[in-house]
Amino acid sequence: MQTTAPTEHTLLEPLATSSGDEGLLEISLGPHHPSTHGVFRMDAVLDGERVVKLKPVVGYLHRNHEKIAESASYLASMPYTDRLDYFGSLTNNWAYALAVEKLAGIQVPERAEYIRVITAELTRLQNHATTIGFLLQEMGASGSPLMYGFRERETILDLFEALTGSRMMCNYMRFGGCRVELPSGWLDRVKKTVTEFPRFLDEFENLLTSNEILLARTQGIGTLSKELAIQGGVTGPVLRASGVNYDIRKVDKYGIYDRFNFKIPLGEHGDVYDRYMVRMLEMRESIKILEQALRDIPAGPIIDPKTKIRGFRPKPGEAYGRIESAKGELGFYLISDGTGNPYRYRVRPPSFINLTLLEDMCRGYSVADLIVIFGTIDIVLGEVDR
Amino acid sequence: MLGTGIAKGLVETARNFFGSYVSRDRLTTVEYPEERLPQAEAARNFPFLVYDGDDWKSGLRCVACQICEKECPPKCIFIEKSKDKKPDAVGKPQFYPTVFNIDVSVCMSCQICVEVCPFEAIKMDTDFELSTDDRFGGLLWDRQQLAKSNTYYHEIHPTEATEVDARLAEEKAKADAKAKAAETKPVAAATGAAQQTSHGASSAE
Repeated sequence: MQTTAPTEHTLLEPLATSSGDEGLLEISLGPHHPSTHGVFRMDAVLDGERVVKLKPVVGYLHRNHEKIAESASYLASMPYTDRLDYFGSLTNNWAYALAVEKLAGIQVPERAEYIRVITAELTRLQNHATTIGFLLQEMGASGSPLMYGFRERETILDLFEALTGSRMMCNYMRFGGCRVELPSGWLDRVKKTVTEFPRFLDEFENLLTSNEILLARTQGIGTLSKELAIQGGVTGPVLRASGVNYDIRKVDKYGIYDRFNFKIPLGEHGDVYDRYMVRMLEMRESIKILEQALRDIPAGPIIDPKTKIRGFRPKPGEAYGRIESAKGELGFYLISDGTGNPYRYRVRPPSFINLTLLEDMCRGYSVADLIVIFGTIDIVLGEVDR
Repeated sequence: MLGTGIAKGLVETARNFFGSYVSRDRLTTVEYPEERLPQAEAARNFPFLVYDGDDWKSGLRCVACQICEKECPPKCIFIEKSKDKKPDAVGKPQFYPTVFNIDVSVCMSCQICVEVCPFEAIKMDTDFELSTDDRFGGLLWDRQQLAKSNTYYHEIHPTEATEVDARLAEEKAKADAKAKAAETKPVAAATGAAQQTSHGASSAE
């Protein structure tokens, strides 16, 4: 197996072959390649089948999210955050609501905090289930893993639809709480899903974890060292697979995460297999959190009645709200000048920042590995390009 | 041993394949359009305008305050306010929208218009079979296309509609009580003044 020795960052250098590079082939993967999870392009320089240089090219989906939010009211940006990462609209809602709540000094009722944890952990479950499905699909496991992942995702989306009215674009969180009360019987449905979900995880473990082909394709592939991951600002499962114990739920303890008992799974080698396993283990930890939250959820109001929905004007100031989304640290930085819309609105998207080390993970591996490594970063282009 | 992992995986896929003939949980496909899943009560798609009574034009609850137009994130609502007032379903003179268009090709179904409307006039529909061959004209809905009765609202969102009706009835009762109080007050004041005058007169006498 060929090992990589990442030496220097070459992301911003032109890829044009110089005089010493005869025999190299520059190819363009994407922007509409089936493996690229959206409109993403990779400029790869190949020596035979080995990747020598790689430059991610983004910007094909740019939709001006930050500028639109600066010209719209605080409330009107909430449905746009759904569309950032359409696999985790509820966690995106939470990150934005958290930033606004910090900015305006709003207290969230207890029940709403529990609802937020429940919805966020369900979001993490369906995101990881689908990511693993896609990963295996990219490895050539045609069908089954992706279908099983999607089957579980659909069960969770049914819950989201019953609660918020929409399967993907939930638009559920509000400053100071949540939009609507839980429908009757909803918590029982969640309990049923949480009880049944480990069956799916066991099924996945049986199907994949000890599969020789999977091990051959993932172990020792796409290694990302601890030091480089920290230097690159990588977060989420990709960072934890490299062995760095950093999870915002433990480090920054937003919401009520300090009340729950759960562990942070860590990898050792930072290869594709570790990134896969960290996600599998994280799903089991999410189930633990959900069980505790469902046990303890109190009755009470779901939104702070003093918070204004229309004509919301926080005092001048700035705030940064961040959460551990399924992909990593998702943060919203807001500056208020006292008017009805933010003076500055900035998103810190985990997908985009995790992408910056793609070349270091891929250098020296084959094109087939490149697709798999790219799959383990788990990006959504809506979040990358904003 | 080499191959055991693969064998285990094959057993798992076989169990799912044959299980799908036995267990409904393992077969999640629905043969749309013959077979349909029940819609969640909270389901939402595009907005519609609620009207009371039988006539959509006079029954519209919308008073063209244009708050939804201002708050709409993708700016897909277009309203023109009337110059005159006309009696609404309750008989109170109100402004009304002479133009109320929603560009459904732009709408992102966020339901912020529903949340900000102070008159319970705009709600979310659940209809999703909207394909048309005319993308621009066909998806710009005017107020007649948007108007749907309160009965229809009760059919699609029964719990929410009952709450809304109760809230409106309460508000109306409050307004009636206030109006009654305002009506009786001048009478009482007038009677009081008359009495005072007569007292005054008598004292002068």
